[in-house]
Amino acid sequence: MVVEQVSVFVENKPGRLSKVTEILGEAGINIRALSIAELGEFGVIRLIVDKPHEAKAVLTNSGFTVGVNKVLAIEMGDEPGSLAKIASALGDAGVNIDYAYAFIARAKEKAVLIARVDDIKKAEEVLSREGIRLLEADELQSI
Amino acid sequence: MFEPEMETMPLKELKELQLERLKATVKYCYENVPFYRKKFKEAQLSPSDIRSLDDLAKIPFTVKDDLRDHYPYGILAKPLKEVVRFHSSSGTTGIPTVVGYTKKDISTWARIMARGLATAGVTSEDIVQVAYGYGLFTGGLGFHYGCEELGAATIPAGGGITPTKRQIQIMKDMHSTVLCCTPSYALYLAEEAKKEGIDPENDFSLRIGIFGAEPWSEATRKKIEAALNLRAHDVYGLSEIWGPGVGMECEERAGLHIWADHFIMEVIDPETGEVLEPGEKGELVFTTLTRDAMPLLRYRSRDISVVEEDSCACGRTHPRMLRILGRSDDMLIIRGVNVFPSQVEHVLMRIPGIGDHYQIIVDRDILDVLRVKVEVTPEVFSDKLAELEALRRRVEEELAAVLNVRAKVELVEPGTIPRTPGKAQRVVDLRKGKI
Repeated sequence: MVVEQVSVFVENKPGRLSKVTEILGEAGINIRALSIAELGEFGVIRLIVDKPHEAKAVLTNSGFTVGVNKVLAIEMGDEPGSLAKIASALGDAGVNIDYAYAFIARAKEKAVLIARVDDIKKAEEVLSREGIRLLEADELQSI
Repeated sequence: MFEPEMETMPLKELKELQLERLKATVKYCYENVPFYRKKFKEAQLSPSDIRSLDDLAKIPFTVKDDLRDHYPYGILAKPLKEVVRFHSSSGTTGIPTVVGYTKKDISTWARIMARGLATAGVTSEDIVQVAYGYGLFTGGLGFHYGCEELGAATIPAGGGITPTKRQIQIMKDMHSTVLCCTPSYALYLAEEAKKEGIDPENDFSLRIGIFGAEPWSEATRKKIEAALNLRAHDVYGLSEIWGPGVGMECEERAGLHIWADHFIMEVIDPETGEVLEPGEKGELVFTTLTRDAMPLLRYRSRDISVVEEDSCACGRTHPRMLRILGRSDDMLIIRGVNVFPSQVEHVLMRIPGIGDHYQIIVDRDILDVLRVKVEVTPEVFSDKLAELEALRRRVEEELAAVLNVRAKVELVEPGTIPRTPGKAQRVVDLRKGKI
């Protein structure tokens, strides 16, 4: 159960995030989660949106370099220790988390961890064995 | 080999021959070309001062402007009645250069070209399609006479006159085995043939291609070879010195053999004029040894390359020049190191997904700073920063290995490097005015 993440190459300078989000806003694309990673003069904006392929198309048309790749949306209880549980389950199984970011779902007392892992299949197995739920794309839109 | 004895003559003997011919050429120039007599007098030099090959360095350079200043006939060593042909290059600056040939020059040139063609593997059995331009440009006629001298069946297809469709038809129907043209025209021919549904392997009989008259890269070589199903050789020449044939790649393709019995090739530092050792990168300078109508002493080619004198596996002893790295007019000096934009381009072209759009920025902090901006395409993009950083470092490392100076590589968004119609502004030098 994977969701698609949109990532955008940006130079690390004022106005780039606003440009990306404006383009998405104008296209009526809703952002569910976002993370910005930077390294020196460049960075990558990673987004979970309701229409990832449309997002890629509008951003590419505006001249951005855009990728779409698969990540896990892992449901967590909004309480101490829940992230640790996920991280140790994956770590014990030898699955590496390349990067991750989290957001809290409205009114559901739940949180969602977006994680890019090196072995999606194995991560899915491990997490389901631990009783940890993975969210599907449409579920993400409703929270 | 076309002239095996000469082509494999031990280097020491070749140098003796060069010295003997150099002395004669210097005397000939001094006695017959007022321009050279004046140059020698200004340098307080007499032909008898040239006693060794090292003494060549005493002779002032000849530059293209000298030829323009004496336009059209001022540098001829022979009276016009002995001249049987002229070629001329227009250049981009206005005044053309005119080069004259006596009957002897035409036949020497034909032999040089025949030797070069044989060096590239062409034989009298071949059907050679010469698709270089015929006319004032030396390419077409230079190849034409060489092919006939070698005894190959020569098709004067003449690029620019014979339409591309006709070229393809000739290649197919007449079973041309050798194609001679510019590398860009070879690529164009391949593309057009493909559009016509031609399969080069079955429809063409090509086995050798000889491409020159413009700079090209190893990547282009592979592209042409795959597209036309032939083996591609590089050829070098200067319109001021005969034309094509000064140098040719043998089957080893480890540089172009420069025929030492006809030319002395030096490599100089383009800034200081100082003569460099074999293996050092610099501007090629040519002295003709067998030219009749228009001998040239220490002619500055503006072409940058490296000369190798070690033996070649093909058995030929004549020194080799490596592929042209650039023009000395384009050279940048970064922290005392000569850097050519073309070197940067060659490195970038090797890395898939990189290279179409780049910009070289030179600035000065305390030391010179070389920055190379590279656009990130979907082909190389990753959502993982570590992979992008690894790519950036890889480009930096490959540049450092080739340039011998560190360049800072910056990844930028596509479209941020300015596009200009025609020639892109690849180099921005911000040092001007800075101390």
